[in-house]
Amino acid sequence: MMKVKTPTKGKIKRALEKRAPKLVETGKKTLILQGTKTSGVLNSVLTEIYHLKKGSAVRYTRKNDNVRPFESGGETSLEFFSLKTDCSIFVFGSHAKKRPNNLVIGRMYDHHIYDLVEVGVENFKSMESYSYDKKISPRIGSKPFIVFVGEGFENVEELKHLKEVLLDLLRGEVVESLNIAGIDRAYVCTAVSSNRVFLTHCALRLKRSGTIVPRMELVEVGPSMDLVMRRHRLPNEGLRKEAMKTSIDKPKKKEKNVSQDAIQGKIGKIYIPDQKVGDMKVINKSKGVKRERREAKLNRDGHGPASKKWKESS
Amino acid sequence: METTNQIVDLGNLLAFDCTHQLSSIPSSREELVEMCLQKGTELVQAIANDLFNLPSTEDVDGPIVKLPPPITKLPREKHLPKPKPPTKWETFAKMKGIKKHKKDKVVWDEQTGTWKRRYGYDRVNDDQDIPIIEAKSTDEPGEDPFAKRQADKKNRVDKQERNRLQNLKQAAKVGSLPSHIQLAARALPITGTQTAPEKLSKDDLGNVAGMAAAATASGGKFDKKLQGEKKPKHEQKYRKFLPVAEGKGTGSKEKEQTDRVLNKLISKNSHEVLNIGKAVTMYNLKKEKKHQNQKGRSASSTSSKLKPKGNIQKKLTNKKGSSKSNNFKTKSKRSA
Repeated sequence: MMKVKTPTKGKIKRALEKRAPKLVETGKKTLILQGTKTSGVLNSVLTEIYHLKKGSAVRYTRKNDNVRPFESGGETSLEFFSLKTDCSIFVFGSHAKKRPNNLVIGRMYDHHIYDLVEVGVENFKSMESYSYDKKISPRIGSKPFIVFVGEGFENVEELKHLKEVLLDLLRGEVVESLNIAGIDRAYVCTAVSSNRVFLTHCALRLKRSGTIVPRMELVEVGPSMDLVMRRHRLPNEGLRKEAMKTSIDKPKKKEKNVSQDAIQGKIGKIYIPDQKVGDMKVINKSKGVKRERREAKLNRDGHGPASKKWKESS
Repeated sequence: METTNQIVDLGNLLAFDCTHQLSSIPSSREELVEMCLQKGTELVQAIANDLFNLPSTEDVDGPIVKLPPPITKLPREKHLPKPKPPTKWETFAKMKGIKKHKKDKVVWDEQTGTWKRRYGYDRVNDDQDIPIIEAKSTDEPGEDPFAKRQADKKNRVDKQERNRLQNLKQAAKVGSLPSHIQLAARALPITGTQTAPEKLSKDDLGNVAGMAAAATASGGKFDKKLQGEKKPKHEQKYRKFLPVAEGKGTGSKEKEQTDRVLNKLISKNSHEVLNIGKAVTMYNLKKEKKHQNQKGRSASSTSSKLKPKGNIQKKLTNKKGSSKSNNFKTKSKRSA
């Protein structure tokens, strides 16, 4: 026996629709959480990542003792959290003697772990330690510039993977149109050696240069840190193929009869069939009159339209 | 793409220099940061060069640029939405070449001479609005045609609901169920019963618990509460107060109630008000005494043969006994 269950309220329905798989995806949410033990450095790393991603991130502050992304069986609760919060990237911090200041960045596909990258955090400098003109400080949710420097990102397998994960984590929402006045931040990642990446967050200062293109200046606003590669796990090939499918093979339906105008904005064309006013049957049902009177009037000339027809035919 | 070693992906606002190598690892941290920022500025400038040269449209907030789609491919978050399988009707319609036509929402109703909805409340040609159904020779006697119409309609609605569920099940199999619909399993029926028992909701269970508590003498006041158990929603008796003023409907209930109480009281003691058996014996006794007195005065010697004394007495005793037994019966009834 089956029963159809539908949400009773529109709000719930809309929330469910937001979570449903879409042809063109809007952006990934990030879940930030920690293990049983963290260090002071790691705490501030996690909170600052949360600040950078604010608006599209969820921060869990409790200890999670059964989350071990690399071990089998340690991912179940992580997958559950992902399902619960609808996040598909997670940043998991843990601190142990073997792996101090450990940061695991992972991605999810259909709420199952897709791939994992484990890095150690060194030389961390927080946002507060930087002093700069607050006018240029980046605003929440602005689209960042991302810069990768170094041949390590091309040649070393691990760094190549890290680059992809960092790009997914930092790029934010994929947009079609961008307001140029709104660009105000950049992430700079440099491969210092074969297993070390220097990551910093900068504000952009646009200066006049005489041409259309302004001269860009980077001002470090923090956080900045060194990421030392530890373990990583690539997605398996089948899953990768599945996840890389895009909506390009199914292009968007063309919008008919709608055009844009510089002055008037959106313009729509409407085609109306011929109105057969002659055939229209009209009854006087005005709401301004009291109901008794209206009904009395209807009764009085109840067969009004019919009688008219009669006259015409005779 | 500016030069050979710089890759610019405008869709992601990403620049990547794949050939750059740190010439010599600097000794101090500051130098390293300085070098990185310098190279970073170069690349950011490269992105900006491409970005600011894109055709832009002016807006109130600033120039808006249309970005090309991103070059670097990243994995999806969730699978592509799966297409919905055609319903049974859709496959049938396709086979037969039936096409959908748009219909007006309102239809002209000839009978009433008004525009009415095609479906729904106050619809045109409503089954339930028909006042007269002509009898046919095929009609079975004793069958209500109106009730039959209504039952038929209900069956059709139920059938449609079953079909819908079947189609949804098919969609669920493929994994293309609409996001807001869930197919939940219902509790299995107990063997031997006709209908599937409805699953009790949280409120229902609470009500049952409340009822069970109220079944004790104290109304559940001194019962041991389980952890997390709430008080019954209604602790006191349900009392109904009748309206004081006389009126229609519920207003006259007060009178009815008092009448009922009075009737009950009267009927209980009615046998004491007038005991017919006792009354008859008393009347007979009085009559007899009168009779004796008269006879004693007129002729006392000749009356020995004609005297029906013994007979009368016998009858009297009989009657007395019967009346007494009656009394006992009523008493026993009362005690019961």
